[in-house]
Formats: sequence, C-alpha cells, structure tokens
Amino acid sequence: MIKINSISKSFKDKTVLNSISGEFDKGKCNLIIGASGTGKSVLLKCIVGLLPPDSGNVYFDLRNFTEADKEMKSEIRREIGMLFQGGALFDSKNVEENIMFPLDILTKMSLEEKRERVNFCLKRVGLEQVNKKMPSEISGGMKKRVGIARAIVNNPNYLFCDEPNSGLDPQTSILIDELILEITHEFDITTVVVTHDMNSVMGIGEKIMFLYKGDKLWEGSNQEIMSSGLKELDDFVFTNKIMKNLKAGKI
Amino acid sequence: MKAFGKYILFLGSLFVRRETFMTYYKLVFEECIQIGVRSIFLFVLVSTFMGAVTTVQTAYNMVSPLIPRFVISQVVREMTILELAPTIMAIIFAGKVGSSMAGGIGTMRITEQIDALEVMGINSSSYLVLPKIIASLLMYPLLVIVSGVCALLGGYLVGTLTGVLTPTEYVQGVRFGFQEFGVSFALIKSFVFAFLISSISSFKGYYTHGGALEVGIASTQAVTSSVIAVLLADYFLAQLLL
Repeated sequence: MIKINSISKSFKDKTVLNSISGEFDKGKCNLIIGASGTGKSVLLKCIVGLLPPDSGNVYFDLRNFTEADKEMKSEIRREIGMLFQGGALFDSKNVEENIMFPLDILTKMSLEEKRERVNFCLKRVGLEQVNKKMPSEISGGMKKRVGIARAIVNNPNYLFCDEPNSGLDPQTSILIDELILEITHEFDITTVVVTHDMNSVMGIGEKIMFLYKGDKLWEGSNQEIMSSGLKELDDFVFTNKIMKNLKAGKI
Repeated sequence: MKAFGKYILFLGSLFVRRETFMTYYKLVFEECIQIGVRSIFLFVLVSTFMGAVTTVQTAYNMVSPLIPRFVISQVVREMTILELAPTIMAIIFAGKVGSSMAGGIGTMRITEQIDALEVMGINSSSYLVLPKIIASLLMYPLLVIVSGVCALLGGYLVGTLTGVLTPTEYVQGVRFGFQEFGVSFALIKSFVFAFLISSISSFKGYYTHGGALEVGIASTQAVTSSVIAVLLADYFLAQLLL
C-alpha cells in the first residue's frame, strides 16, 4: 500500500498540487485522473521521487520515502516498476537488453537466468520474437508492452504507469489497460495509473482519485463515478456524446 | 555564478551512489570506441592538413636567406606540439564529441530515459556521465599524440614533395632544440581539455528540458561553453607551466 500525506508542489508562483492526501491499495488498479494540467503527472513524479514535494510525505508500506536517507530511497526504488508515457526505452539497447537492464544492475543473476526471465516477461505482455529488435523498429503499442515488461522484470511491489495508452489506438489502449489490470491481480502489486482516458477509467479504475486544478476533489471506484454528483467530475466524465447518453439512460 | 555552482554540484553527484566496477568498466570501453576510435579519421585528416598548411605558410613567410630552411620544420614542430595538436584539436573534439554527448544525454532527458534510470534507483548522472569523462581522459591524449604525429607527417610530405625543404632538412628541424617538456605540456593540456569538454557537454545535456529544439540549443551551448573553457584553460596553463 502507498499512502500520501498532504503533498504540495509549486513551480515558482504556480501551485500545482495543493495538499493532496490519499491511499493506493495493494492488489488494486489505483487511478489518478483529471484534465490536462491538473497535476496528475507531477503527483506521480512526487510519489516516485523524481520531484521533491514542497511539503508532505509519501509512505511505501509505512516506510517514509520522502524523508528516507539515500540508502533507504534506493532500496524502495528497487521495488518500483514504472511505465513512462513514451515507453522511455533506451535507444541504444535492443528490446532484450532494455528489459534485462534492471536485472543487470540490480541482481546477480546469470545470463541464462536473465534471458529466461526476459522471455517470461515478454511472453506475459504478449510479445515474442522481438528480442533483438531496436526500439526504433517497433510500434508505439509494442514499445508500451516492452515498457511494461521492463517494469515488471524485477518483480516490483509497486507499479506506476504514466498515461499508458496515450498515443495508442482504442483497441491497443484496451489491451494495454487489460494487461496492467491482469498483472496487478496476478502479482498482487500496488498499481498507480495516471490517465485522462475515460475508457481506462471505466475499464480498470478499481480505485480512482480525481484531481482538479491541483486539488483532490473526489475519490471512489468506477462503479461510483457516474453518480458522484460533483459538477467538476461530471464535466470531466461526461464530455462525449456516448457518456452523456449513458448518463441520460439513452444507452 | 549560479550555473557554475550547479556545475560543481553536478560534478560532485558523479561520485555518489555509484554502480559496480564492472558496470563502469563495460560502459567506459563502449565510450572509448564512441569517443576515441570513431574520431580517429577526423583527427588524422585535420591534423595532416594542418601540418601541411603550416609548413607551406611558414615557408612562404621565411623570405630571408639568412634563416636556414630547417627552421621551417622546427616552427611546425613547436606549433604542433604546443598549440595545434592539443588546443585546436580540442575545439574539433568539442564540436564532434561534445555536441554528441550533450545531444545524446539531452535526448535521454526529454524522452524520460533519465527518469527511468532514477526510478530504478540508479544515479543517472554517475551512470551516464562518469564513463564519458573517464573515456575522454583516456582517449583524448591518445588522439592528441596521433594528431601531433600526423601533423608532422603532413608537413614532411608537403615540404619535401613541393621542394620547400629536403627530407634531411625537415628531420633536422624537427630534432633541433627539441625539449621533452613540450610533449608533457601538451599532454597535461589534453587531460585538462578532455575533462572540461566532456564534463561541460554532459552538464549541458543533463539539464536540458523541453523538446527537440532545446536539445539542439543544449548541443550548441555545450560546444560554445566548452570552447570558451578550453581557451581560458589554455591561457592559464601556459602562464602556469611555461
């Protein structure tokens, strides 16, 4: 479980996050949603330590990550897997080397064991026979899958995904969402997904945190989101015709 | 001053939370190939022509019959060892290797590859930059030696083929009044320049933010700042050591 306590973050005069608190449950797909520019990615970066919060604390299973020393931070980070928006695959390494990289750095496994683990992860994300391909030779959806494979290769306790289906077609987006949900349940990890995609919200949002202009306005599940009664959330959720008709009971 | 302070802190960050020796060993070798081996052709080409042109121009300016012809190659030797091989080549090194370092690291920054390293618990600055600096310190002095030899050979070829001076005169001039400290001075300079170029270029790349345009700007700034630092260091080293 990950707990955040009064996280605030400003850039110069602009307040991006205003005292955000909440919990992300283990074995669940926890979503941070909101319109563009509401601070979702900044919150995610504060949680994983890529940005230091101005105030507040982040706890990984009761371990205070924000105030931890470098050793402890490094230890916690080694339990984290992260899928970045563009995949963030290393251009100079092929698919196999990319996925193997955390194992090279963080473990003392033999090359054979590492290869076995890489192939298992590739198979798990539905990719095979791409080991020797370079990132520039594979599609956006495949990059995301490789990114997921790299994120789970080291058996993380926490999985973070920053807009996992941005730039993907609807069909591939659903596949990626389903994959994230399956992996979360299969490995019983705490998954936090930042998204503004309503398909993701409805498909995998077991626990949802809604951000609006740097504030947390609502928390609940995808079952409850339709009847929140909160204007800002309704404006976000019911933007397209299908969702409006769904709310009006026409579908 | 703020940027200088940031640069000093950046240098300090290279030596904390390092990875294993073997990790750096492999990376340094890869960088040596990238920085050193792939620069040899350019260095050989430029320095050979540099030596040739220096010979022709020195001969053109030596009009007095009282000055012996071997002085031409003596001048070529002194210019090559003291300035052309370490300093002018440093400017070329900054243009080729420095901009590539800044561009490469800058691209890794804007495509979140550096963030990916940090999330894995890896000190990204140490992992990415330290091998580049070590490889530069290993390879640039070697490139300077190659460059010096090629410049002297270029001078020899042009000098003898055009009849400016005989092979014996050229060799006599190269050996006349030779001081070993000149080579030591060139090597000291090459170590300093290699460190400045690789660290400044990496620094510029590491703190890139934005998009492709900013990566281009970072590459340009890396070359500009490196060249200024090299020229300043050249002056101070000359004052200090000569």
